[in-house]
Amino acid sequence: MSLDRQSDRQGGGSSGPASLTNASHLPKFVRENTGWMLAVAVRILQDTGLAEDAVQTAFAKILGKIDGFEGRSTIRTWMHRIVVNEALMILRKIKRRQEQSIDALLPTFDQSGCRIESDLAETVTPEDLLDQAQTGRAVTAAINKLPDTYRVVLCLRDIEGLSTAEVGEALGISEANVKVRLHRARAALKKLLEPVLKGHMP
Amino acid sequence: MTPHAPKQDHRPLAALAFKMPFMIDCVAFENFITAYFNDDLSFRQKLVFNIHLKMCRECREYLKAYESTILLARAQADVPYAEMDLGEVPEDLIKAVIEAATEK
Repeated sequence: MSLDRQSDRQGGGSSGPASLTNASHLPKFVRENTGWMLAVAVRILQDTGLAEDAVQTAFAKILGKIDGFEGRSTIRTWMHRIVVNEALMILRKIKRRQEQSIDALLPTFDQSGCRIESDLAETVTPEDLLDQAQTGRAVTAAINKLPDTYRVVLCLRDIEGLSTAEVGEALGISEANVKVRLHRARAALKKLLEPVLKGHMP
Repeated sequence: MTPHAPKQDHRPLAALAFKMPFMIDCVAFENFITAYFNDDLSFRQKLVFNIHLKMCRECREYLKAYESTILLARAQADVPYAEMDLGEVPEDLIKAVIEAATEK
């Protein structure tokens, strides 16, 4: 079973790189792209001030290199990678808070290797959950509770849509390590989202 | 994945069944989940994974909730900045970017 991403990674706004040779198109290009770039940086950094720094530096790189953009990916994919890298660079620099252990959120098994699942109530379908306004906030809050080591991998792989290899390269860890962290992050997030998934959301 | 400290058997019959040929226990099932979603399981692994899934209600419910979790996380990618409860996109940021670019 493969869960293919459907999210839009096209575009980069109607003011593409070619139009930027005309300086009058620059403000439109910046306006069209600041919002989504900021959203990406906030998801990684969890701080709007730091996210703004990442976006500003990313724009400087994008506008400095735009003549060299070879069109091997969409302009938005190229810009997305740049803002992700800038956010990760800042994340590495800032002093991280002491991380909580993720162990309490991982699945439990008895001594014969049988799963102990506390709530066997039917899971509400994701489509029904996404129709509820409070779901998005609950998911954001739960993701932000994950320790950074796991949160960032989940963010890059599941939300930002990077491949396992790209996440490994961006974080300087092996693909096997990316897979382990991703699985733990998803398992822990599932635990945190249980009230939502089982329809017990307040 | 390292399971927590072993707890007393709560499903002794299932524990016996999981020792039969072509059967795996829930810990082994857990270790296959990432490969399952990446479509990286071999034919034999897929077979034992699916047999376990049919036999084990706990893992069935777990996998369903796990898959929903992935889909809910992915849906975050489509939430625009304006809906992130962070206010408007800062105008001073837009101006700073434009000014920096036009100074060059």
